Amino acid sequence: MQLIQLVISGLAQGCIYALVALGFVLIYKATETFSFAQGDLMMLGAFCGFFAVHFAGAPYWLALIVSVVVMFGLGLLIELAVVRPILGQPAFSVVMLTIGIGYVVRSLITMVPGVGIETHAMPVPYRGLVWQFGGLRLAAEQGVVIGATVLLCFALYLMFRYTKLGIAMQATSQNQLAAYYMGIPVRRLNNLVWGLATAVCALAGMLLAPMTFVHANMGYIGLKALPAAVIGGFGSLPGAVVGGLIIGLVESLAGFYLPVGIKDIAAYVVVLLMLVIKPTGLFGEKLRKKV
Amino acid sequence: MRFLYKTDYEQDIRLAKHAGHRLWYGLLLLALLAAPGVLPEYWLAQLTFVLVYGIVGLGLMLLSGFTGQFSIGHAAFMGVGAYTEAVLTAKGWPFPASLVAAALLSGAVGAIVGLPALRLKGLYLGIATLAFGFIVEEGLARWESVTGGNSGMPVKAPSIGDWSLSSGVAMYALCLVLAVLCTLFVLNLLRSPVGRAFVAIRDSEISAQSMGINLAKYKTMAFSVSAGLAGIGGALYAHKVQFISPDQFSIGQSIDLLLLVVIGGLGSVHGAFFGAVFLITMPQLLTLAKDYLPTAVAQANGLQGLAYGLVLIAFVLFEPMGLYGRWIKLRTYFDAVPFYRRGLFKRQKTFQKSDRLK
Repeated sequence: MQLIQLVISGLAQGCIYALVALGFVLIYKATETFSFAQGDLMMLGAFCGFFAVHFAGAPYWLALIVSVVVMFGLGLLIELAVVRPILGQPAFSVVMLTIGIGYVVRSLITMVPGVGIETHAMPVPYRGLVWQFGGLRLAAEQGVVIGATVLLCFALYLMFRYTKLGIAMQATSQNQLAAYYMGIPVRRLNNLVWGLATAVCALAGMLLAPMTFVHANMGYIGLKALPAAVIGGFGSLPGAVVGGLIIGLVESLAGFYLPVGIKDIAAYVVVLLMLVIKPTGLFGEKLRKKV
Repeated sequence: MRFLYKTDYEQDIRLAKHAGHRLWYGLLLLALLAAPGVLPEYWLAQLTFVLVYGIVGLGLMLLSGFTGQFSIGHAAFMGVGAYTEAVLTAKGWPFPASLVAAALLSGAVGAIVGLPALRLKGLYLGIATLAFGFIVEEGLARWESVTGGNSGMPVKAPSIGDWSLSSGVAMYALCLVLAVLCTLFVLNLLRSPVGRAFVAIRDSEISAQSMGINLAKYKTMAFSVSAGLAGIGGALYAHKVQFISPDQFSIGQSIDLLLLVVIGGLGSVHGAFFGAVFLITMPQLLTLAKDYLPTAVAQANGLQGLAYGLVLIAFVLFEPMGLYGRWIKLRTYFDAVPFYRRGLFKRQKTFQKSDRLK
């Protein structure tokens, strides 16, 4: 019974990792660059929603929509302003660039007077609600996170499988040059992918906010989503979700059964093992560069 | 303009290429030697930190700038060096012995981390080193019987026999000697076959391999040497701050080190020291700038992070070769002044350089 309880809370936490990891993978798949700023963008998304609730008095669901839309726009803007000019430069430039973006976002939030350096609770209509199934307890926050992740994955699946946009994105991620020759507007798609990835992160932030608190260092969770993306194989969307769930589960179980301190590094131990045993990840493609 | 008239192949690999090099580096060395007599104590301490970070930066530069392997967990090696030094000094080891032990131990740890590097590339490797960095930090915090855990441990001044190097000037002299030795070591390494192999691996692993370079051997070696240098830097850092705790060697420190090599200029030995100067003086400049900023901005504690972030973004966008690259451009401009062409340093795009080619 206790085990199942642990599994449930692990899954809920894992869903958050999975959502942030989805952001990483979307960007990596489409543009072959790698964004270190996802965690901080997630934090910004949560703050965005918090501002909507706190200053405009919006209800939670409205704040969620506002946050996702605003962050989608911000993602587009970031791509336009700083990522596009260094398109075609070595991958490491983008890594450093996004580390810089992360720094800027985090510092700007702490500079907002009176709000930035404190922790805030995010008021939700279902706060404190607990569902009982036999002996199991499922907090509504956790249930919502799991439900929302499932819905989002389904929506992404439908988009990539059936819409023109999704198929164009797949084509771009498989071969940018060929996609360009086929008349796909690659640049605009890359732009949209950044927007989409940022919006997904904002959603993760808004879902995480009721479970923990809203504060400027929320973004460090992004550093755990990174292992999640690697475990799943970096270029695979289902892989990111599975990876996130694995990390969440391992953490939850390690926190209960293993000595103190292991919980914090469990994700990294798992990813190191994965890299040593199967560097391409669970769902990664086996690719080899030929000369 | 200077024309180098080459009469000998040996001239190509000389450390000082011409008389100008000898003159300017000699003057720099003299200035550094004179510094304790001229600078007030506070600035001398800052200069010591520049030298310490310069040594660590040299290590990371060797790995990232010259071998093309990225490490997002370099502070961990620094931590291993610092803790080894602290523990051995507490046991009464003389400084040279404990320094060598610190360098060797972190070098060995570096070789272990380098092992997955044989199968991993680029970002995956970065993530492996990141994971390793977290594990080391947690390990330092939990191994309380040796490291004192999160409450940290004090570090005694370095001593050789009865001679204790506790004063600021002695510490500065020690760091200066070691920084010069490490720089000479790296410069000599880079003009040896090993260093050439490193650069070949950076430019193209496939072509390096087809030229008969053993990737496994040289990548592990790069990791090991780089970690060893970081260990030396860490040991000096421990003596300089006199108190170490695990959070000094966290991911934040690792990212600072990356910042150091990127802003200094990837792929240049000068860059390591330029970056160190930047990393140390930036907070001081910000403190000075605070007087001119509106109070609300100046009091905010995110100011330093914001400045770092903006500078980093600006460098990636406008000056990917860092401070050293800017210096090279300036120098070339003045060297070639009537004939300088604007497109001389135009960046080339490399779209075809995909990691995913089938």
